[in-house]
Amino acid sequence: MSGVRVAGVGLTPFGEHAGRTGRDLFAEASLAALEDAGVPRDDVEHLNYGNFMGALAERQGHQAPLMAEAAGLRCAGTRYEEACASAGVAVREAVRAVRSGENDVMLAGGMERMTNLSTAEVTESLAVAADELFEVRAGVTFPGAYALMARAYFDEHGGDREDLAHVAAKNHANAVPNEYAQYRREVSVEEALDSPPVASPLHLFDACPITDGASALVLVSEEYAEEHDLDAPVAITGTGQGGDRLALQDRPEMSGTPAAADAAAEAYDDAGVTSDEVEVAEVHDCFTIAEVMAIEALGFFEPGEGIAAARRGDTTREGDLPVNLSGGLKAKGHPVGATGGSQIAEMTRLLRGDHPNSDAVADAEVGLTHNAGGTVASAVVHVLEVAE
Amino acid sequence: MSDPEADAPADTGFDDWVESLADGGRFLECANGHGSLPPRRVCPECGSTDLSEASLPDTGEVATFSEIHVAPSGFGEDPPYVTAVVDFGPVRLTGVVRGLSADEVAIGTRVRPDAERNEATGNRLVVFRPA
Repeated sequence: MSGVRVAGVGLTPFGEHAGRTGRDLFAEASLAALEDAGVPRDDVEHLNYGNFMGALAERQGHQAPLMAEAAGLRCAGTRYEEACASAGVAVREAVRAVRSGENDVMLAGGMERMTNLSTAEVTESLAVAADELFEVRAGVTFPGAYALMARAYFDEHGGDREDLAHVAAKNHANAVPNEYAQYRREVSVEEALDSPPVASPLHLFDACPITDGASALVLVSEEYAEEHDLDAPVAITGTGQGGDRLALQDRPEMSGTPAAADAAAEAYDDAGVTSDEVEVAEVHDCFTIAEVMAIEALGFFEPGEGIAAARRGDTTREGDLPVNLSGGLKAKGHPVGATGGSQIAEMTRLLRGDHPNSDAVADAEVGLTHNAGGTVASAVVHVLEVAE
Repeated sequence: MSDPEADAPADTGFDDWVESLADGGRFLECANGHGSLPPRRVCPECGSTDLSEASLPDTGEVATFSEIHVAPSGFGEDPPYVTAVVDFGPVRLTGVVRGLSADEVAIGTRVRPDAERNEATGNRLVVFRPA
């Protein structure tokens, strides 16, 4: 089985790209990744591409061949869809393809355009990730679903809106120096608390923004990296995926995310590391409560202990385990089909030392990314390590 | 009488189930006693295909809820409205709360199920009313 190296990463700035097409966004990220890797386009053997709502937002299905063409690739592509974990699963399948020996060079990533829709239309499009019959028809929006989980969490473990506001403040602070982030401004705990309600107990600053953007990674086998003398010090050493019942009502508990715990267990086992060895993490904080449940499911904190982690400073850039140094989905932005690839791009930069926040984890060798679909009916976890 | 939804996707099993909530409601029970909701051929807990219908308990308890302030376009409900997941023991249901404001709903509040038509979409709507 071959090891897998991240040879290059590419991102568009996340934010509002009115007037640009999805194909243009993905082309920008792809070309940046190939240039970063120093790998010729013709060496790419397959595109693994994540997208969730393009058929609704851009009236464009069948996006993989379109995006391969836009990126100038002369190979086939496959689109992966797992709601907001679409790019995460696209990367995971690329890792598996390289490991199997089937491919030496893969391009993996994703793209989403969202700001061309109204807020109500985005709300409707994202709600498609929930159970149409048993949740959407009952008026459950995407923020509403996380609100149901947040209230269940508060009821079971305690915690309050102020704890969540600290998560928002932390991630906004981290986004300030990140050139790819949508909101590069600090948000105070008070400002977050005072923002208008979206779905009680969640308010506007508990939620990630509506974002356009693309991510791309060049993944290569260790043999290819060696043969072509690539500078690719970061390896993906663990990958895992977990699943759960689609509707919240059908899960034994609503205050935790067992799919993420299952994905993490598989990824840790695959990499041969434990949660204690992880020094930095990028987790799926589409809502502040999602970060709390993620850091518990990943084994960093006991159930009930994650809620105050940001408030205590454990997960800030000065803490023992910085979480979402990119700014997270909360402040960096969440183009849903691109996010999983973006997290791995950011973690690669953090571990290589060329991220603006790399100094917060200067000696880190083990990082983790966690990408979730819907209310975590699917989850993809990757372990990244500095291999040389 | 013509069918008003002749061109709509067939949600017969689901629609019939929602309609049943007006008369107390039902759920599916497998040979091993696990509860689930129709339409379904296999028990998601144990894989049993031996499913039979059982009556829902008269009331359930709110397990979690949210007051939704930003609604999807075309949904029909005027925000804010309250959505809740209600625990009926063998199964839990998600629906819109009627007759109680967000301030009057708490985890543990007892409600009974009912069915309405969402006038904006024509879809059946699960609703909960004070028990």
